[in-house]
Amino acid sequence: MLSENSILWTALSILLLPLLSYVIIFFFGKKLPRKGDWVGVTLLFASWIQALRIFVTFWRHGDPQFRVEGAVRWLDLGRFTADAGILVDGTTAVMLVVVTTVSMLVHLYSVGYMHGDRRYERFFAFLGFFTFSMMGIVLSNSLLLLYMFWELVGLASYLLIGFFFHKHSAANANKKAFLTNRVGDFGFFIGILILFTAYGTFNYLELFAHMQVAPIGGALLTWAGVGLFMGCIGKSAQAPLHIWLPDAMEGPTPVSALIHAATMVAAGVYMVARLQPLFDPSAMLVIAYVGSITAFLAATIAVVKTDIKKSLAYSTISQLGYMVMAMGVGVAGAGMFHLWTHAFFKALLFLGSGSVIHAVHTQEMPLMGGLRKKMPITFWTFAIATIAISGVPFFSGFYSKDAILAGALAFGWIDGHIVPFVLALLAAGFTAFYMFRMLFQTFFGKPRDMERYEHAHESPWTMALPLVFLAVLAIGSAGWKGPTDGWFGKFVAPYDMEMIVAQYGPAGHDVQAEAVHVEAETTEGHAAETQADEHAAVDPHAETPAAVHGGADEHAVAATHEGGHEGGHDVHHKAHNTAMILSILTAGLGILLAWLTYMRRIISAPAILARLPWVHKVLQNMYYFDELYAATVYRFTLWFSWLNGAFDRVVIDGIVNGAGYLTRVLSWFSGQIDKWVVDGLVNGVGAAIQVSGEGIRRVQTGRIQTYLVYVCFSILVLVLVFRAL
Amino acid sequence: MTVGLPHFLTIGAALFALGIFAMMTRRNAVALLMGVELILNGANVNFVAFARYVDGGVDGHLMAAFVIVLAAAEAAVGLAIVLAMFRNFGTVHVDTVNRLKR
Repeated sequence: MLSENSILWTALSILLLPLLSYVIIFFFGKKLPRKGDWVGVTLLFASWIQALRIFVTFWRHGDPQFRVEGAVRWLDLGRFTADAGILVDGTTAVMLVVVTTVSMLVHLYSVGYMHGDRRYERFFAFLGFFTFSMMGIVLSNSLLLLYMFWELVGLASYLLIGFFFHKHSAANANKKAFLTNRVGDFGFFIGILILFTAYGTFNYLELFAHMQVAPIGGALLTWAGVGLFMGCIGKSAQAPLHIWLPDAMEGPTPVSALIHAATMVAAGVYMVARLQPLFDPSAMLVIAYVGSITAFLAATIAVVKTDIKKSLAYSTISQLGYMVMAMGVGVAGAGMFHLWTHAFFKALLFLGSGSVIHAVHTQEMPLMGGLRKKMPITFWTFAIATIAISGVPFFSGFYSKDAILAGALAFGWIDGHIVPFVLALLAAGFTAFYMFRMLFQTFFGKPRDMERYEHAHESPWTMALPLVFLAVLAIGSAGWKGPTDGWFGKFVAPYDMEMIVAQYGPAGHDVQAEAVHVEAETTEGHAAETQADEHAAVDPHAETPAAVHGGADEHAVAATHEGGHEGGHDVHHKAHNTAMILSILTAGLGILLAWLTYMRRIISAPAILARLPWVHKVLQNMYYFDELYAATVYRFTLWFSWLNGAFDRVVIDGIVNGAGYLTRVLSWFSGQIDKWVVDGLVNGVGAAIQVSGEGIRRVQTGRIQTYLVYVCFSILVLVLVFRAL
Repeated sequence: MTVGLPHFLTIGAALFALGIFAMMTRRNAVALLMGVELILNGANVNFVAFARYVDGGVDGHLMAAFVIVLAAAEAAVGLAIVLAMFRNFGTVHVDTVNRLKR
């Protein structure tokens, strides 16, 4: 159990250890023995231990409202100041464990997977850099810092997707990922700016408190929420910006597992979960719909993909859609719970697929088959992850997915938006179907390519160990209860707004402060933040209506479901049972269909597809999202570039050329004046002197006789002249 | 008819004019020196004539004697130059010796 101060220092060490790994390997990797891979693995292991220490501390503390914040003054620009700080709460503790666990295992796995690569040490350096950036997102206490690390993560992702940059497709994929993310980040930035303009602070808790006391009026709050959510759409690959994630599978498989399955893509979800109070009901509705649509679309695409990694990528998008939907329907805790469980079984699926790819040197499932006997460890772990993600009871994925579906159903009953629940339920069925299809095609049946089959072998221990470790987590990471009633409730719960207002509320907001009857408490509480706990206790519950319904941030369902208020408890309980039965049924149906189609071959997939050619075509083309962008954004960009080019050519070049022509004409005139007047004068003077010189020169003949003639003639003249006088 | 001053002056002027004419027309360096002699002797005739008819003293004679001495010296130097000229250039024509001019 750590004290508050040592929690901060431990968190800081978790942030900086991967950075240290990056620096050491980047600069000295080539000179170190084994190219320094052991540095990365060791430091990440240390980081993991530190994360576990924080996790245990929060576990034993057991209060989801317990949070520790520490900051140093970062920018001091006149009236505006910004702090760089760390905010550790239960959600952070969970996320720290997720990121460090997966990152450490991926480091270990990469030792085997990347063995013999020409840029082996560079790979480990980038992994360290990524982990550092991700930790920054997890730990930062303000939007400004969050945005910075947000972009660093984007950069790390860019570097790692394009790690095999000599491959044309990889070089294109990382550009696509980066640019698509930029679109989302643009909205994210606007959201941050709206909030900063309204409240003048970037700090999360201060923002929450300000928002409680004085919400922004009108639609601006919704737009701020939607803007922030756009960052999540980009980073967490939600429709319609999900197009980059499948392409990102061009990166090495450990990268796919670390970044594009377990951690980076979860950053968007984590951000929304952590900033829950900043989203108003309209923004939440947008989030719920975007999440559920994404979950459904991606799950259906995953069914037709034959590339094992592409299929897993769409599966990831689908699962992220679940998490996002959970945020939208007000069960953020369930969303975080799914993030937690998903990180382990999805990382396991990716690493397992990497193991398979490593063995058979292809990503096409139709070329695999029968690998069960050749790679027992990979098979068993992969099977466990498949069962977990499909939502089979008593495996981790079941508890988290069930909680989300229950939340969505309760949301549908209370708010009348049942569509997210229906889509999510269908997606659950599809998930079970495509995951078992993948399992059957890869590991069961007869080998379809004997040469590859003969070549296949089990992976080395560095690759097998992470698989086994993750398999254990895939089974047990959820515990035996849902997110709110189980152990997870100790970590993640909705923010206690009264406490935050008392602790971080604005001091000078007289009007608004009066409106919520907390003027005395707020000013006093602000003056002495250390006594905040007492104030929270003193603060009369009924006198802060903003916290209950005026604040417009807590969703009705969130309040009823997560807070455990009596009102919606029955609804939720009913929703929970209904959702559980429905989800088990759909998952079972999906598994049964997959078994009939790919094991017993009673249902013929080609025959069904031949009956419905357009469905297959739409799915194969991934709902034509890429084509849609090609037709709209891409074409618009080209057209706009052409327009700008034309403007440049006609107007700008016209002005420049016109000015040039004018200058040329003027110069010609000036030249003529120079040539004829100035040069004429100069040359004229010269010529006159020359001509007169030529004339006078002739007098000096150098012949004595001539001079004598001059003398005589001159005397004659003189005589004649003076005689006249 | 008595011979008076004008006759001498006429002879002096004629000698002077002939000398000038010789210097103007001849290109032979020796002929030039001879022209100079004629001019000097034209002047001498004038000196002596004026001394005899106007002054009555010996000043004019004295001057004439000086001029003769000077002429002798001048002839010596002049002929030496002509000699050197001939040795170097193989000619005594003054206008063909124009190396400095070129």
